[in-house]
Amino acid sequence: MQNHPVYTDNDPQNENSTLNLGPTHPATHGVFQNVLQLDGERIVSGVSTIGYIHRAFEKIAEHRPFYQITPLTDRLNYCSSPINNMGWHMTVEKLLGITTPKRVDYLRVIVMELARISDHIVCNGVLGVDTGAFTGFLYMMEFRESIYEIYEEVCGSRLTTNIGRIGGFERNFNAKAFDKLRKFLVEFPKTLKQFEALFNRNRIFVDRTKDVAAVTAEDALNYSWSGPLLRAAGVDYDVRAMNPYSSYEDFDFEVPVGENGDVYNRFLVRNEEMWQSMRIIEQALVKLEKEPTDIFHADVPEFYLPPKEEVYNNMEALIYHFKIVMGEIPTPTTEVYHSVEGANGELGFYLVNDGGRSPYRLHFRRPSFINYQMYAPMSRGMLLSDAIINMSSLNVIAGELDA
Amino acid sequence: MGKITNEELLSSINSKFEGKITVTGEPFGLLTIETGTDSIIELLGYLKNDPTFQFIYLTDITAVHYPEQEKAIGIIYHLHSLVNNVRIRIKVFIDGVACHIPTATVLWQGANWMERETYDFFGVIFDGHPDLRRILNVDDMTAFPMRKEFPLEDPNRVDKKDYFFGR
Repeated sequence: MQNHPVYTDNDPQNENSTLNLGPTHPATHGVFQNVLQLDGERIVSGVSTIGYIHRAFEKIAEHRPFYQITPLTDRLNYCSSPINNMGWHMTVEKLLGITTPKRVDYLRVIVMELARISDHIVCNGVLGVDTGAFTGFLYMMEFRESIYEIYEEVCGSRLTTNIGRIGGFERNFNAKAFDKLRKFLVEFPKTLKQFEALFNRNRIFVDRTKDVAAVTAEDALNYSWSGPLLRAAGVDYDVRAMNPYSSYEDFDFEVPVGENGDVYNRFLVRNEEMWQSMRIIEQALVKLEKEPTDIFHADVPEFYLPPKEEVYNNMEALIYHFKIVMGEIPTPTTEVYHSVEGANGELGFYLVNDGGRSPYRLHFRRPSFINYQMYAPMSRGMLLSDAIINMSSLNVIAGELDA
Repeated sequence: MGKITNEELLSSINSKFEGKITVTGEPFGLLTIETGTDSIIELLGYLKNDPTFQFIYLTDITAVHYPEQEKAIGIIYHLHSLVNNVRIRIKVFIDGVACHIPTATVLWQGANWMERETYDFFGVIFDGHPDLRRILNVDDMTAFPMRKEFPLEDPNRVDKKDYFFGR
């Protein structure tokens, strides 16, 4: 990447114009500020300012019991909160040595893959909007709604889901959830196919995205990129395949890989991941048929809150309820790093525990934060309009960026 | 390529960095070693460039504050060898007042923001960092909020005092 001198505004030699892209710009889809130096329409240099919605989650987490940290993880990548929730539950389960039944794993896989699809729907749909094609976005958005309805059946909420508990789910999937899921699996492929027909070989779209913001695999690794962005650059690193969690090793799926990491490749990789996610969900549904239908959490009474009616009528449940809520159950003093494949890349949880009710230190390895740091350097020499679509294909989610 | 075991990894590092590293454990199969500020960059560079290990992927840099320890700040590096699918965790403990450590941006560009974040929250000075500014907090903030002595809430706040609730 070439180096240009960075001028300040009142520098008499500065012949560039300064443009504040953000913090609230309709094309940035979130709270990001980039102060760009423009030579005509070309970007000479840029400085990213982040942290506009920093909420100190890592600090708050040090003061909360484990199960109360799940709602914080919702608000990281709020386009796919179930993945964050599950990632956090699995981190705690790893710490506590809880093994979950297969049925729980498969249900989790279903929810996580739905979350991945909903995230990619938004990203690819919005990429279409930013290149001037609104139609595809509207077609696809309908199915994000279908996914949110499935979440509603499973956990009661839609965007910030707080789905599942440490050890499993708070309640079993009901029949309606499976009905809606099956309906989704029948209807979504048709629309996705239509969406691909609208975009993949569309001359205007391809001209706008091909070779825009291309990233070599070396650069992507150097900047610790992960997720669809890294895979679009040609590196087949997927946490699901490399370090399988939640029984991903039982599933047969492919990790799509791009060639040169440009916006078009990222678009194709995300589209293909949606197909693969549906493949995984279909396999999970088949596998679920062989599992007992009444299991939805691990048998760990000391960490899994008992149902309320039992708390009032059963002595043991009352004791466990009290102990869990008051945090009187000893936990191991150790440290654990667990990562899941978030919709944007490797979402890691580094948890240092001192045996108390809340973490001694919790650090989120947030893929958006790490992916976004290449944005300003890679924008140099780029057209302003290309920088806009580059940002939307990076799919930086402000909540995950700022934690 | 066969998976490299932690023992093989450790013996190679030990032969190269005799006396400069200590092993602190293997929690959940993740080899954790500790080293000093003098050898950290050399060690990271060795792990990154060694043809057998190829820890080319810097997963994360963060810090932990242990106020009761003499060396109060621990800097934690997570590396990942994508070829061998092995991870390693490296810790460096430094003084809590004069916290200096050489930067890893010489090896990975991606270390830039991770180190800025660590500086922002713990006040760790990464020597040689190209642009060591605050990143998530405001520039004129004076405290380093992830340190344990920094209170979660404003201590002058009165609406949560216990005596208002009869406690």
